[in-house]
Amino acid sequence: MSSRSITVTINGEAVTREVEDRTLLVHFVREDAALTGTHIGCDTTSCGACTVLLEGVAVKSCTAFAVQAHGKSVETIEGMADADGTLHPLQEGFWEKHGLQCGYCTPGMIMSAKHLLEKNPNPTEEEIRWGISGNLCRCTGYNKIVEAIQYAAEKINSQSAENVGRNEDEAAAQQEVTP
Amino acid sequence: MIPGSFTYHAPTTMDDALALLGSLGEDAKILAGGQSLIPAMRFRLAVPEHLIDIGGLEGLDYLREEGGFLCIGAMTRESALDDSPLVQQRYPLLADTARVIADPLVRNLATVGGNIAHADPANDHPATMLAYGATVIARGPRGERTIAIDDFFTDLFENALADDEILTEVRIPQPHGQPGAGDGGAYLKIERKVGDYAISAVAVNLRVSAGIVTHARIGLTNVSPVPLRATGAEQALIGKAPSDEVFEAAGQAAAGECDPSPDLRGSVAYKRDLTRVLTKRAVGKAVERATSPEAQAGGAA
Repeated sequence: MSSRSITVTINGEAVTREVEDRTLLVHFVREDAALTGTHIGCDTTSCGACTVLLEGVAVKSCTAFAVQAHGKSVETIEGMADADGTLHPLQEGFWEKHGLQCGYCTPGMIMSAKHLLEKNPNPTEEEIRWGISGNLCRCTGYNKIVEAIQYAAEKINSQSAENVGRNEDEAAAQQEVTP
Repeated sequence: MIPGSFTYHAPTTMDDALALLGSLGEDAKILAGGQSLIPAMRFRLAVPEHLIDIGGLEGLDYLREEGGFLCIGAMTRESALDDSPLVQQRYPLLADTARVIADPLVRNLATVGGNIAHADPANDHPATMLAYGATVIARGPRGERTIAIDDFFTDLFENALADDEILTEVRIPQPHGQPGAGDGGAYLKIERKVGDYAISAVAVNLRVSAGIVTHARIGLTNVSPVPLRATGAEQALIGKAPSDEVFEAAGQAAAGECDPSPDLRGSVAYKRDLTRVLTKRAVGKAVERATSPEAQAGGAA
């Protein structure tokens, strides 16, 4: 049995553990880091319930070894809300639009959607359906999930537009005082 | 569903990786994207004693046109093909293929080199690379060598690489001109659901010059024990003016020369007929792309 010490930065926090080489990333996240929001659905690389962001990229954590994540960053559903409990726009979207029933696929859906919106902030409905096609939901029929992601995209875009507006106002104010 | 025990190796240079492979021999497997190997290990279909992870090697992740070829580094992720304007604009067959391999999450880790080296007739790149007439670059202790794709797939899950060699690059010949100026390709796949292997899929790459098909190569996915080049279907096209009758003849030739197995995805008769229909449609689409600058890849699959 071969094992080694690895350090993975999960949701900004360095987690160092001794693991067997064969430990899957999803087991490291759930059992070693005790973050059980990431689910195991199928164990066959089919369902996407175990989706996490590895170096910002959505991957199935049942289909990577923990040792491959050594020195890298992982983001899970537990890292989405702010420290004060304010939900991420995607979490808010799933809440507002009833994007879940049993909730089992939801963490994976949200992590896939986060990567999708980072690559494509204004996806069409078809692009959203394409983007989550690696995540299976057995309850909703997907319509409410698509609406939740559309809600989040609009909210994120309006927030960044506000920030741009504010920055422009500040820049204009600075220019006025510059002789 | 826990893989068997193994020892993990993470070399940081190609020389170290080759030295490890040389000393560990057939007890070792190369870990690239892991999207076929890790599932196989979870099912204990593969129980390697050593894994050599080439994910940490520099300079295996690139897409560039050079010396008349599109050169694809072995560790290039499938998602990079999807994101590449170069691939989307100039390599419609490759662009089609990259959109239907497994699902988006798998494509974020899966690599082009791994898809080919795995030599699974159900994988999508083998047929596509057969249609392109690609060249595989391998590196070993004796240096680098090139292997024509026609000689690469030797048996079910078997390839022409020696035990001490690593696939480092795949080269696809560049199209002659701009999109629509004579070169065209297409990949059509029918699968039960997103993420499943093909029931059948057809890769076509061809050239139309002065109204005549002057070059055609066709690869078939998952309808034979070894990735198959449909030379009979190619011959039905070459020297002919494109027409529905010619496309149908190519489809019938492909249906005759494939060798599918009956399984949960369908009977032999069904898979042969599906191969006929997909070949006919893929050839038609490739001709359209070869002759019309507007009819290129991208957009909905």
